[in-house]
Amino acid sequence: MEWDWNFVWEIMPTLIEGVKITILATLLGSVLAAIVGLAIALARRSPNKGLSRSVGFLAEFIRGTPLLVQLYFIFYVLPDIGILLPPLVAGVIGLGLHYGTYTAEVYRAGIDNVPRGQWEAAKACNLNARQTWTHIIMPQAIPPMIPALANYFIAMFKETPLLSAITVLELMNQAKSVANTYYRYVEPMTLVGAFFLVISLFSVVLLRWLERRYGRIEK
Amino acid sequence: MTQWSGYFGLILQGALVTIELTLMGSVLALIMAFLAGLGRLSRFFAIRALATAYIEFFRGTSIFVQLFWAYFVLPFVGISLTPLQAGVLALGLNVGAYGAEVVRGAIQSIGREQYEACIAVNLGRWQAMRHVILPQALLVMLPTFGNNAIELLKATAVVSLISLTDLTFQAQVVRSQTGNTLVPFTTILVIYFTLALIISWGVRSLERRMARGLDGVRV
Repeated sequence: MEWDWNFVWEIMPTLIEGVKITILATLLGSVLAAIVGLAIALARRSPNKGLSRSVGFLAEFIRGTPLLVQLYFIFYVLPDIGILLPPLVAGVIGLGLHYGTYTAEVYRAGIDNVPRGQWEAAKACNLNARQTWTHIIMPQAIPPMIPALANYFIAMFKETPLLSAITVLELMNQAKSVANTYYRYVEPMTLVGAFFLVISLFSVVLLRWLERRYGRIEK
Repeated sequence: MTQWSGYFGLILQGALVTIELTLMGSVLALIMAFLAGLGRLSRFFAIRALATAYIEFFRGTSIFVQLFWAYFVLPFVGISLTPLQAGVLALGLNVGAYGAEVVRGAIQSIGREQYEACIAVNLGRWQAMRHVILPQALLVMLPTFGNNAIELLKATAVVSLISLTDLTFQAQVVRSQTGNTLVPFTTILVIYFTLALIISWGVRSLERRMARGLDGVRV
């Protein structure tokens, strides 16, 4: 079966509708992941052993299980206990929670990488906890985190096709429905692949730039 | 009451398929990782370019798209794969591309003096790699390979979407037959997590084994 450019132009508007949802889901998911990750990282540093252990275990659990199953869980189980979510919201929550457990590690590494001497110096200068965080620790911890966070957001972007499994009409789902209607898989599937490849190649350039600009977290 | 024992058997069958996929995918991924990882360090431009193209392509497009491509598009060019073959192929090639970067990074992390020592004792390129560089690099790769294997295990959930009867697929069957959502999805989440724990435990003990005899050699 050969490649048909007319068919490509015919399905393009439908695919672009899907691209919009894909990008929206990625953006919302990234914001949620950034917040969830910070919450997890802070909870794990908490002096309350019960809190830090249980959050730690929960994060391990989410990181050790497939995103697809978590999406199913949110989409199918929550309605049974009365929480009915639109597919896109369920998808964004799934992405945000799953990647939040990864970004938590980035925050942890970033904070741990600030030398002990900085904490001691802040104490010596009689700064209180809030001042220490806002003036000493965060300005040093955040820049190296940026490339690592961006890396996970790109990874999340590549996982958005999973949302099609819970009926979100993103790019993959649009491509599948087009393919099933015309029974032509070559063009839609290849276009989806090409789209992700192009964005990923651009994002590699962006990442290199971020790493040059902000440095990277040394392990 | 529903007949849970029968459904539990179904889920166990799914677990076997998931384990089978994970093992076969890991073997393929390991082979591809070494081929492409060493290929990127080759003296010959053509091999380097080929390895780089493979790595960027499979890291750039998501596993889901690759799987659909292998399953739906390849038949049109005359290659028909069973769902299992498509699954192993997509998983192995995808994770192999990530593994290749681990192989490359680990080999490059071995100090220059090791290479110089190899030249000093007149080892050929292959001998140096086989007897000096790889034994040390393998230990550096191992923890990341463990993480990659867990990523592969999680990615296997995606094959349920091309109707391979793995854990996730069976959970969907149980859901549609019993209408119960909490039990099947919680069960498979726990099974996935247990499998992930087994992998990370296995890799850790392997690491301890391999590190034996290297104490004092590596910092």
